[in-house]
Amino acid sequence: MGLLDGKIALVTGGARGLGAEIAKSFAEEGASVLITDVLEAEGAETARTLGNKVSFLKHDVTNEAEWVATIAAIKDQFGGLDILVNNAGIAMGGRMEETTLDDFRRVTSINLDGVFLGMKHAGPLIRERMGKWQGGGSIINISSVAGLVGLAGAPAYTASKGAVRLMTKSAALEYAQNGETIRVNSIHPGFTETPMVDFTLDKMIEAGAAQNSDEAKALLTMAHPIGRLGVPRDIANAAVFLASDESAFMTGSELVVDGGLSAR
Amino acid sequence: MLDISGKVAFVTGGARGLGAAAAKRLASAGAKIFLTDILDDVAAATIAEIEDAGGEAQFFHHDVTSPSDWQYAVEACVERFGSLDILLNNAGILQPGTILEQSFEDFERVMDVNVHGVWLGMKTALPHMIEAGTKWPGGGSIINISSVGGIVGAPGLSAYSATKGAVKLLTKSVAMECTNAGHKVRVNSVHPAIIKTDMATGIADEMTHQGVVGSTDEALGLMSLAHPIGHLGDPKDVASAVLFLASDASSYMTGAELVVDGGFTAQ
Repeated sequence: MGLLDGKIALVTGGARGLGAEIAKSFAEEGASVLITDVLEAEGAETARTLGNKVSFLKHDVTNEAEWVATIAAIKDQFGGLDILVNNAGIAMGGRMEETTLDDFRRVTSINLDGVFLGMKHAGPLIRERMGKWQGGGSIINISSVAGLVGLAGAPAYTASKGAVRLMTKSAALEYAQNGETIRVNSIHPGFTETPMVDFTLDKMIEAGAAQNSDEAKALLTMAHPIGRLGVPRDIANAAVFLASDESAFMTGSELVVDGGLSAR
Repeated sequence: MLDISGKVAFVTGGARGLGAAAAKRLASAGAKIFLTDILDDVAAATIAEIEDAGGEAQFFHHDVTSPSDWQYAVEACVERFGSLDILLNNAGILQPGTILEQSFEDFERVMDVNVHGVWLGMKTALPHMIEAGTKWPGGGSIINISSVGGIVGAPGLSAYSATKGAVKLLTKSVAMECTNAGHKVRVNSVHPAIIKTDMATGIADEMTHQGVVGSTDEALGLMSLAHPIGHLGDPKDVASAVLFLASDASSYMTGAELVVDGGFTAQ
């Protein structure tokens, strides 16, 4: 018996990295999963390898019309929606004074506007079936430790992740105070071994903080008291917990999965 | 994902309320339970429930404020089950009253159970848990029950919130001590809002007693309204969070706070 038997989930940014692992874990726990991404070939391949419980749809989270179409497709194809994971996101390095307004907007359009649009458009469909589960519907927004503490060289990223942290709470309160059982929580991963962390390592080398990728990785690992970077499964487990009825009394809260990074 | 077969869990304050619910859940997920409390008769019923459900559990009379009790209890646990993999510091008391009303002795009593008890527990159990930590992918797991009272203030709960705030940061420092020393023991705190236990009824009775409300039921209704989700938590809700932290599914979590509060602190 899986923790998500019979549930239907949408995972954005599901072609690779965290999103792909979340989709995999959800499917293992019995959910039907639609992954979406702008990476069409990679997304289709990921869905194919994850088996018949996972399917793929091309979808740009910054585009409102595509959100409307995606939600309609889910209703049509699956008959409803119980879990939304707003996972799609990008990292962009560069100090404040070197960041252009266009760069800044590019990051917030994906990391923040995308989450806003996701909640806005998926909410009504989740509401239709929320009474079916003891823990109701569940929206999970992937924020970051960079939404809790500052990070030099990533002003747009931290701004977007901090915004997601509090938008999550507002959405949670709206549903709760309205007597609707749609729970909304955020996950705050530390640096996790995904394509996004490769980008961070490259930036560290570029900035002269490390000679090579191994050295950069060792440095980044040191920022995590637990002595290793996260692996996608660490974050996927947290997502399963929040998606399941096990977390029925949790809403508006932050699940910090960071190997102790923000504890000190 | 939440299978903890083969692990040994030491649960304080396990006779009733949150502790009993957590002990039952950990047992049903496969752990052997070493359950301690000062309420022997109530604990016996909880042990029987765990055994009737096919679990394995041992009771030990144990006052968490006593260093020697801790020594005996931890030794007895390791002797009985051969290991100590999960420590749930759950025993706690709540004594309502403003700072002007309470005596220093009242304050010290709450500190003694809620803070000194947790400190002693970690200090006494850690040497065994370090050993156990090498056996599991997620290492050993210490779970300290704090509260939303350790995050936000509340009138009439000054002593209680002082202790729960202390537990929150004691948790983080010990977590960092473990990672620093390379010990594979994770330390996290759980922050429940008001959960339907005898402790909640106690608060409701006190509100009635102080004339804030006409009856305990009315008080419980008001308390529910303080939670955006519209109801009080169930002990099972906290037990689920405890199980998640006890399991290897939370391998990458240490020094973290798991807030299980129906949105109480989100506002």
